[in-house]
Amino acid sequence: MSCDRIQDSLDAYLDRELDVLSARDFERHLNDCDACRVAFERYRDLQASVKTQLPYFQAPESLVRKIRTQLGSSERRGEPSTIAWRAWAVAASLVICLAFGTLLFRSALRPSSTELIADQVVSSHIRSLMANHLVDVPSSDQHTVKPWFNGKLDFAPPIRDLSPEGFPLIGGRLDYVDARAVAALVYKRRQHPINLFLWPASDVDSKPSALVIRGYHVIHGIQSHTAYWAISDLNADELKQFVQDFFYQSRERSDRSADYTTRTTVHSNFIAAKRGNAHNHGSQSPQMPVRPLIRESRLPLPAPCAA
Amino acid sequence: MSEKVWNKPTPEHVRKGEREVFERTVLPYVNAAYNLARWLTRREEDAEDIVQESLLRAMRSFGTFIPGRDARAWLLAIVRNCCRTRLRRKGLEEPADQLDETVPATGLWSNPETVLIENINSQLVRRAVEELPLEYREVLVLRELEELSYKEIAQILDIPLGTVMSRLSRGRRELHGRLCNVIQEGRK
Ligand SMILES: [Zn+2]
Repeated sequence: MSCDRIQDSLDAYLDRELDVLSARDFERHLNDCDACRVAFERYRDLQASVKTQLPYFQAPESLVRKIRTQLGSSERRGEPSTIAWRAWAVAASLVICLAFGTLLFRSALRPSSTELIADQVVSSHIRSLMANHLVDVPSSDQHTVKPWFNGKLDFAPPIRDLSPEGFPLIGGRLDYVDARAVAALVYKRRQHPINLFLWPASDVDSKPSALVIRGYHVIHGIQSHTAYWAISDLNADELKQFVQDFFYQSRERSDRSADYTTRTTVHSNFIAAKRGNAHNHGSQSPQMPVRPLIRESRLPLPAPCAA
Repeated sequence: MSEKVWNKPTPEHVRKGEREVFERTVLPYVNAAYNLARWLTRREEDAEDIVQESLLRAMRSFGTFIPGRDARAWLLAIVRNCCRTRLRRKGLEEPADQLDETVPATGLWSNPETVLIENINSQLVRRAVEELPLEYREVLVLRELEELSYKEIAQILDIPLGTVMSRLSRGRRELHGRLCNVIQEGRK
């Protein structure tokens, strides 16, 4: 890769939009060319600083209320026949997608309790955002949130202060998943809330799996007899970072990272799409990069359903 | 997707179902809609009007929304089109050919001056972004604040992927250059 090409693909590299080979070429050039490396670092730092200083405008409460009222009245005004037809069109396309999905993946993936839980977790997450009921106990202090769950749950959820890692605690909430009361911890990264659902698990530890459901990134697994589901509209890498910081923080750096399997759901059917990190086969080496300055490769995020 | 909604095909249930599904899939993105509208129109009142209009439009055309697709991107495309229409009506839209996409991007990369990162604050950034041409503002907001992929941005803006890439890169360099100038002016 030439110096000109570096300048051209700089943004795509920073945004992890370069394919793996080009990203590797890019990094190789930076290692060999001092001028490009210095310029790259300056650009990257400036870009990061601009990005964090760019304000995100929140919709005013009054506007959200107005919209709800408006939607309610427009619904009443609408003609039942057209609305019914439209709703059926949605239902029909859903059925077609489901049928198609089942046909394709039936043999490989039977509906599992994981799927059902995934759907509930996503619904709970959305509900918590919509109803403006993100937390029952708003506090950034784990020593306030932890005792709040006493008597409400039959277990004591682990809570961590991740503000040094850039994930401040917003609070806790009692929620229900899989017909049981669970702890929902809410953290935030910039304007993105993260819901972390926790409950005790009798199963052995299982490695974290990453999913994308209805546009949300979800990571779940079992760690130290705690089943966890983390969900957010945050990007996949930062959500992984969050899970890693929460569960694998205290470990040695060498095995801090968890081995990831990435799966995608399309209309609640799971498509197995194991990450093809060939160089990691047979070794214990981590697949999840630990906040690298230069990222190794971009995560192969699944494309949204193009049906 | 809750099945009980679809199992009772009386009109009330269907109507209720559609509203419920709409609220669950689209309403969570009111903030994203407002943020984009606010950046594109640069005015609170305009942004509020546009968000209301966009959600009504979204509700009316919800039948064309394919379940499982990204509702945020779908809503943002509607918001963006509403903004365009309003700006055009008000005669505020800059002509698109104002941007020469063939001219190489300039800015900090070719500028030996190093801007002091400590001097950047959100007010400076906000003002500088607001002064950028609309074409740069929309890619920047969708990428930096919504963190959408180039592909998603291309779909929302209805432009080729390569144009997203070049606009974003040009927009960032233009922004860096302007910030650099403002900070240097301030020091004199
Ligand atoms: Zn070079």
